[in-house]
Order: sequence, then C-alpha cells, then structure tokens
Amino acid sequence: MRQLAGYTLADGEGGAQIVTLTGPLTVAGVGGLDTDLRAISGPLAKVDLTPATAIDTVGAWVAWRLARDTGAEIVCENEETRRLIDAVSRSHGDRSIAAPRPELVERVPEAVGDLVVEVGEGSVGVIGFFGAILVSCWHLVSAPSRFRGKALIRQLELVGVSALAIIGLMSFLVGIVIAQQGAVQLQQFGAEVYTVNLTGRLAMRELGVLMTAIMVAGRSGSAFAAQIGTMKLTEEVDAMRTIGVSPIEALIIPRVLASVIMMPLLGFYAAVLAIIGGAFISQLVLDIPFVTFLLRIQEVVPVRDLWVGLIKAPFFGFIIAMSGCYQGMMVKANAEEVGLRTTKAVVQAIFMVIVLDAFFAVFFTKVGWG
Amino acid sequence: MSETFLPDDPQHPIVVENLRNSFGDHVIHEGLSLTVNRGEILGVVGGSGTGKSVLMRSIIGLQVPDDGSITVLGRSITDAEGDEDIDIRARWGVLFQGGALFSTLTVGENVEVPLKEFYPEIAEQLRHEIAQFKVMLSGLPRDAVNKYPAELSGGMKKRAGLARALALDPELLFLDEPTAGLDPIGAAAFDKLTRALQETLGLTVFLITHDLDTLYEICDRVAVLADKKVIAVGTIPELLALDHPWIQEYFNGPRGRAARDAQHGARHGANQKVL
Repeated sequence: MRQLAGYTLADGEGGAQIVTLTGPLTVAGVGGLDTDLRAISGPLAKVDLTPATAIDTVGAWVAWRLARDTGAEIVCENEETRRLIDAVSRSHGDRSIAAPRPELVERVPEAVGDLVVEVGEGSVGVIGFFGAILVSCWHLVSAPSRFRGKALIRQLELVGVSALAIIGLMSFLVGIVIAQQGAVQLQQFGAEVYTVNLTGRLAMRELGVLMTAIMVAGRSGSAFAAQIGTMKLTEEVDAMRTIGVSPIEALIIPRVLASVIMMPLLGFYAAVLAIIGGAFISQLVLDIPFVTFLLRIQEVVPVRDLWVGLIKAPFFGFIIAMSGCYQGMMVKANAEEVGLRTTKAVVQAIFMVIVLDAFFAVFFTKVGWG
Repeated sequence: MSETFLPDDPQHPIVVENLRNSFGDHVIHEGLSLTVNRGEILGVVGGSGTGKSVLMRSIIGLQVPDDGSITVLGRSITDAEGDEDIDIRARWGVLFQGGALFSTLTVGENVEVPLKEFYPEIAEQLRHEIAQFKVMLSGLPRDAVNKYPAELSGGMKKRAGLARALALDPELLFLDEPTAGLDPIGAAAFDKLTRALQETLGLTVFLITHDLDTLYEICDRVAVLADKKVIAVGTIPELLALDHPWIQEYFNGPRGRAARDAQHGARHGANQKVL
C-alpha cells in the first residue's frame, strides 16, 4: 500500500494560518495533496515541512508553489529539503507544455498553401529526376562498361523471382472470384459459358497487369523508397557522390530497369494463373472441364488482348520504380520521413498506375483493339 | 537522511553476479560481477565491443541474460514477476545515447509521459509545472519546453532525455555515453550538471563513457570492462596502480595523460585562488 502525504491547517498569529505537511512528500504521494492545497486561498504565515517523512523535487515544488502563491515562509530543519527547494525555486517557468498552435483561420490557408507549393515543387522535382535518369541512360549507352550488371540481376531477383509465389497465389484467387461471380450473373441469362470469355479477356487485358502492378508497388516500390531513403540518412548516397559513383547509375537505373523488365513477365504470369484459377472453379461450379476451359480460352481471347497487357506493363513498372526511387532520394531529415516517403511512394505509384490504365483503356478502344 | 527516507533500500542498489551474455556463438560477458554503492557515480569504461551497453541493457531488463543474477534496489531483475518489474521501473531513469525522445511529443510532453503512466492522480496543472521545472533543472532554457526534439541540437536532446529520465525522481540514473557527440564545452557543462544533480537529488549514477575528462571530473569509482568481465573497480589512482595492459594504455595514453593534467591543473588553479 502506497503512503500518501497529508496536511493540517492551524491558526497562527495575526489571523494568518500555518499549513503543516505530513507524510512522504514524493512524486508517489503528493498527487492528491496538491489538489487540496490549491483550494487554500487565504494568506498563510508558514508552510511547515518538519514532520514530512520524505521529500523529492516534486514534493519540494508543491511546498514551494504553495508558499509562493500564499506569501508564506517555508519552515524546514532539514538541509537536504532546503537544497531541493532552492533547486526547484530557481527552475520555475510558466510556459505551456504543448507546441504553439496557430488559430484555425491561420492554419487552414497555411496548410492549403503548403500543399500547393509542395505539389508544384514535386512536379518540377519529378521532371528533373526523370531528366537525370535520361542523362544517366545516355552516359551508360556511350560507356556501356559502366553498367552495373550484378546490381540489375540482384534487383531482377528481388522484384521478380521472389514475388512469384505471392503474385501467383493472389492471381489464382482473383481468377476464382471473377469466374465464380461472373458465372452467378451470367447464369441468369443461361449464358454461363461466357464465363470463359469474361475470365480470359479480363485477366489478359486488365487484371493480370493491374493486380501485379499493385503488388509490385507494395512490395518493391516501398522497398526502393525505404532502402534509398535510409541510404540518404546514413549519408551513403553522399559518400557515393564524393567517390565519384553516380547514385543514379548505381542505385536507380538497376531498380528502374528491373521493374520495367519484370512487370510484363509478372503480368503475363499473373494472367495465366488467373485463368487457371477460373478454370479450376468452373470445373467445380459450372461443370466445365478444366481442359475444355483452357481450350475455349484459345478461341475466345484474341492475341491482341495479350499485347494490350504486355504493352501497358513496362509503363507501370517504370512509374512504380520512379516514384519509389524519387521519394527515397527526397528523404532529408529523419527516420520518420523515411516512413512518410515510403507510404507516399506506394500511394502515388498505385494512383498513377490506375490513371494510366484508364488512359490506355480509352486509347486501345480508339485504335480498334477493344 | 537516506535511511529515514528510503528505509527498505540496501546499501548496494545494483548487484550483478556471474552474468553471462552471448549473441549466438559470440560470448559478450562471462562470469561478470559488479556492485554499485549507493550515492556514487560509477563510470563504466571498456574498449568498443566489450559490452558496456549490453551490461546496462541487462541491468535495466531490456536484455535477458543467459545466466547469472542481477539485483537492482533489492529486487531481482533476472527472475522478476510482472508487478515488481513495474514498481522498480518507477525508481530508475535511463538516458539513452541519442536521447531517445519521443519525436511526436514536445520536450515537456516527453517528461510528462512517465508521470502520466505511473501517477495518473497528479492533476494536469501540477504535471505541467513538474515538466517545466524538470526541463529547467536539466539545464535547458525556459522556452525549450514546448519544442519538438527535431528542433533541438544534440546536446539539448541529451538534456531533454535527462529531464525525462529524472521525471519520477529516481534513485538510480543510467547514462549511456552522455557526452558522446558533444563539443568539449557542452560535454564539460553536462558533466557539471550530472554532478550537481547527483549531489542535489542524492542519485546513484551508472555512467557508461569513453570520455576521460568525465571519468576524472565526476566519477567516484570506475569499472573497467575487458576480457568479458569487470577486471577492476576502483578510483582512478587505484586503477593506475594495476598492471593490466589495457588499463595502462587507456589511462596513460596521450588522451588519458591530457585529461589527468587538465584536472590536476584545475585543482592547482583552484588552490591558488583560495590562497
């Protein structure tokens, strides 16, 4: 059981009262006491600490504050108590603990302004970054021996090979969902056989690549931003520059190339697994044999659907790598920023991928590949 | 004084016996024993990688040792139950190397965190006042209290970390390389502050350092970590009398001599002033 501090009030000479503090005047004991003492308003003659059994800085503060506000004199016989009270009396302040916070009418316009400036600077920054990559590409073309093959292969493995399992499983499940849900709707018209068309064309044109892009943005885009951001913080990127190694050549080109190369391959792989998923569920639910489903796919899905998917994929890969690397390179201050930038990289990448996908959808329809 | 105020406390707030720590095959400590006396500043020195920080982490319960026993303020850390554990955490303060301030809170709010956690009955106003004077007690200017850690310099961060470590008026203070990364003037000021607080608040301080000036200026005793254990504990003259090569090289190297001369000079100067 914790001991608590207490107090007694007694009349002194001249109408002023004497407060005597008892018990342990420590951080553990004075919480309730202080609330009570603040209710005392009248002028006090003395604050007597002699009967207190223990004291720390918090207790000393409570006593000193009471004495200050009531104009009382502190009575104590103990040398250490005196020292603590001296220490806290020199350290009092009256500032608010919370950070200064401007009024709402100031805050909102300021936030809007910050956002506008940020978007403006961001656009310029991205264009500049894109330019730097193009320049570096040109340098590499004119001096191919500087190209970092090993770094590229490492990134190809990280972006592509190690993503096979998760992307495969995800696509397989998405294929199941599309075929099953499509079949439910199409059955109402007795047209469940068109489930094959639905699954096949959707997977090849849109879903395979789009779902892969989202997965790669979450897996690799975020990793790019976090890796490069951390390297910026630990000054590795600066060290590279001073040695004469271009961070764009060493860090960014391999990552961008790896994404551009891997996206079409992963997208195609995802589409195939989505179709297999559709075939699997069709056998169970619609009694369409697995092999028949696959044979029908060959008949109903035109080859240009495959091309639509494959043409889009490298663009998506480029966007994902660009936004990951760009956000990583933008890290300046602290570890918290790495997290913020990583989030931003993923959100930006997915958003841009979907915008671009909408653009491609209209484009391919216009050119007659609908 | 301390007897009446802290009746249940032993004379040795930290007792480590036969500690063994290892990471995989790499043994850090083997048969390490160390006793800290009440009211002293104990400096812990040792080469890089001798496990000074690991020792501190073991004592404060962040690192579970392979073997051995650690007793802090009369409670066993190595086989502590949940409740005791919490009770004892209110009685020590820890300053980590980088300050380890919570970056989303202001300095004042950082100091309030342990207060809120352990003593929710303390009213908001008193809590603010406590945070304010703790910040100033740690040698920070008055207006530092509502700044975010990112707005502070390295030395100010350490002082803010110290303010948080002192929030609950602990009996034991752990400092992990408090002067590392500070300029000599800032380091000397921090040493002085540590000594002043130790004397005012009656603290026992466990201080890891590489700073020879700190050792000479403020440490009552020094523990030397080498060969996976504490090879010697004592005042610096006592250590100098020992024949261990690392100790000799450490204290008699150019830096060690400079620190000793500086302290000798300071004392000499002080004496002259008195005369």
